[in-house]
Amino acid sequence: MSEPRRLYRNARLLDPANGLDTQGDLLLEGAHIADLGTGLGNAGLAADIETIDLGGLCLAPGLVDMRVQLREPGAEHMESIESGGHAAAAGGVTTMVALPNTEPPVDDVSVVEFLARRAREVKLAKVHTYAAATKGLAGKELTEIGLLAANGAVGFTDGVKAVANALVMRRLLAYARSFDQLVVQHPEEPSLGGAGEVTEGEIATRLGLPAATPMAELIMVERDLRLVEITGARLHVAHVSTEAAIEAIRQAKSRGLRVTCDTAPPYFALNETAIGDYRTFAKLSPPLRCESDRRAVIAGLRDGTIDAIASDHSPWDQDSKRLPFSSATYGIVGLETLLPLALELYHQSHLNLLDVLRRVTIGPAGILGLTAGRLGRGNPADLVIFDLDSTWRIRTDEFRSKSKNAPFDGREVRGRVARTIVDGRTIFERPVGETAPPRSQ
Amino acid sequence: MTPRGEFACQHSGEYRPPPSACREPRLVPLVAGPYSPGLMREHIFGHRHLLGIEGLSRDDIEHVLDLADGYVEMNRQPEKKNSRLRGRTLINCFFENSTRTRTSFEVAGKRLGADVINMAVAVSSMRKGETLIDTAMTLNAMHPDVLVVRHPESGAVQLLSEKVDCSVINAGDGSHEHPTQALLDALTIRRRKGGLDGLIVAICGDVLHSRVARSNIALLNVMGARVRVVAPRTLLPAAVERLGVEVFHDMAAGLRDVDIVMMLRLQTERMHGSFIPSTREYFHFFGLDYDKLKLAKPDALIMHPGPMNRGVEIGSEVADDIDRSLIRQQVEMGVAVRMACLEILARDLGNGPPLP
Repeated sequence: MSEPRRLYRNARLLDPANGLDTQGDLLLEGAHIADLGTGLGNAGLAADIETIDLGGLCLAPGLVDMRVQLREPGAEHMESIESGGHAAAAGGVTTMVALPNTEPPVDDVSVVEFLARRAREVKLAKVHTYAAATKGLAGKELTEIGLLAANGAVGFTDGVKAVANALVMRRLLAYARSFDQLVVQHPEEPSLGGAGEVTEGEIATRLGLPAATPMAELIMVERDLRLVEITGARLHVAHVSTEAAIEAIRQAKSRGLRVTCDTAPPYFALNETAIGDYRTFAKLSPPLRCESDRRAVIAGLRDGTIDAIASDHSPWDQDSKRLPFSSATYGIVGLETLLPLALELYHQSHLNLLDVLRRVTIGPAGILGLTAGRLGRGNPADLVIFDLDSTWRIRTDEFRSKSKNAPFDGREVRGRVARTIVDGRTIFERPVGETAPPRSQ
Repeated sequence: MTPRGEFACQHSGEYRPPPSACREPRLVPLVAGPYSPGLMREHIFGHRHLLGIEGLSRDDIEHVLDLADGYVEMNRQPEKKNSRLRGRTLINCFFENSTRTRTSFEVAGKRLGADVINMAVAVSSMRKGETLIDTAMTLNAMHPDVLVVRHPESGAVQLLSEKVDCSVINAGDGSHEHPTQALLDALTIRRRKGGLDGLIVAICGDVLHSRVARSNIALLNVMGARVRVVAPRTLLPAAVERLGVEVFHDMAAGLRDVDIVMMLRLQTERMHGSFIPSTREYFHFFGLDYDKLKLAKPDALIMHPGPMNRGVEIGSEVADDIDRSLIRQQVEMGVAVRMACLEILARDLGNGPPLP
């Protein structure tokens, strides 16, 4: 007896991996994609297949968010694998990659196995995990990269901290290369940037907030690029936010170095003026930058220097953010706003639609070597169905995440997830009252 | 004789001709080895010191091994002493702890009839450089015939050798050379395999810090073997392939079809925060066990300079496998090789001014 089949008809099929943008249908069989293309619905398929007419909605590979913080183990009240899974599902994210800065950190095989088991139990968005690059995230001793990779870690990073010591970073890159593993670095020279809460400039000066030079990002990026050159390793730079660092990466790529990078939506959707009156929901690491850096991020996304957009989802409860600016924690949630904010790049005509989607599907999947982010016969049926043009306002109190710390409350955006599917199962479906009705045929 | 020119030692300007410029080995008369059934061809060694394998010719090396062969036999007799070094003074001057090597040299010297003195110099009591030379000059004033020196810094033994009138054997300087180890390894292989030409030898482990690796790479290349190094990237020095080795980062590829597997001690004291995350991970990927050994030739043999960290670079069952492991033989060959080296260096003593 074969697997149950379902046909999605009348969709705008979008697959950046294959350059596909066409009206068509997609047939699922069990947990996999059986077929896709135009006219499937007409080809004498059995009448008893469940058929859903999408009315022209977009159907794309489920989003791959390559930088997410889940607070399990250690701070499940802020976000658990389950609540994070629901948030991801509402955001159209079908695969997320979690940072290792949990408590205990993911620096031992036992924690990797725990997370994999929890993800299997929860059965929402797929969860992969980075492992720590150094023991205890202390920046001194390498973790067991070989064993952690053999047990499922997809990359190595110290999370929200840079590996600061150049010799440790060099050895990390050389050793990781022996196992063909990716190193991900938070690009901040801590001696220059650590005490800063906002970017140096007029706003920081007027507000009287400790500030960091944006060169802290460039200096670490340049250092790491030289280390990549001498070790031949692979490096991914997380959440680039400055023109200078993006240019350095652009040059390095043209010289053939194996470097990739991502950015997060705040760095192209906001600038430092969003801090306003000490809004802690605008306190990020790296901090929000000046307008010319914001435009450079968009340019970097357009010309492909920036390979991926990742939410850098950082859940914090009220106790962590309802404080004077200097005492508040860094970061905002982002799983549920990743798609609409990325689509702003399309709606504002900075990038075409497939290029935007590439940055959140096959781009990150390719960097990490994951089987995700593409539509294809036989691929897992991880899909997002969304209305490209539906206008709506972000309401942070409607977030499925346990934490609501985001500065986008009230922001009008276009593009909304209608349904999210993982392994052929619907894990999120927007209640009828919440969407604009599908366009009639 | 001008101390400059192409044969000048770059440190002291001493004239030191390359071996080939020395007197040609005389083919007659033949001489008796110390305890060998036949006769050996005489060879002029042509070096005052034994500071490293670098600079030795293939003939030099074979001469040492031939002489050592005879001493292996002698060491197995009830009467294991001769008088080749009677009346000579040998001082073991060790600036770095070692019981095994020092004992091996002590036994070697005494079996040749020498007076052997052991000096252990605590490094902490030394300031760099100056006191080493002071020590050398002090010793020199006591007229030793051979100094055997081990020091934690590369090049220190050469520096000392320039300040004394006697012969100096390097028992290990920093991460640079340990020539008698390489020679005893070669003898061990030669006695078991009949020769070294064409053998594939894999040196596995902490090559970065290993003087044993460097001396072995040099010797095996001179003797016509094919050398590989197998280690994680953090334990290999830059440009190591320029020493004449094939580089592997993966035991499965590195041990394929190998004749000899030489495991180096993983220096765990250097591990913290540095080169390798844990002994558990190291043993899993780079330690020698039967799973990895079966990729080598079915008759591949295992060597280790000692002391071993069981369960770190080598598993016990492999180390103790009497059919595959040469580790005990290496120790036995060590005494014989050191006897050969002492005899060879002492030959020209008392025959006029020291060789250049």
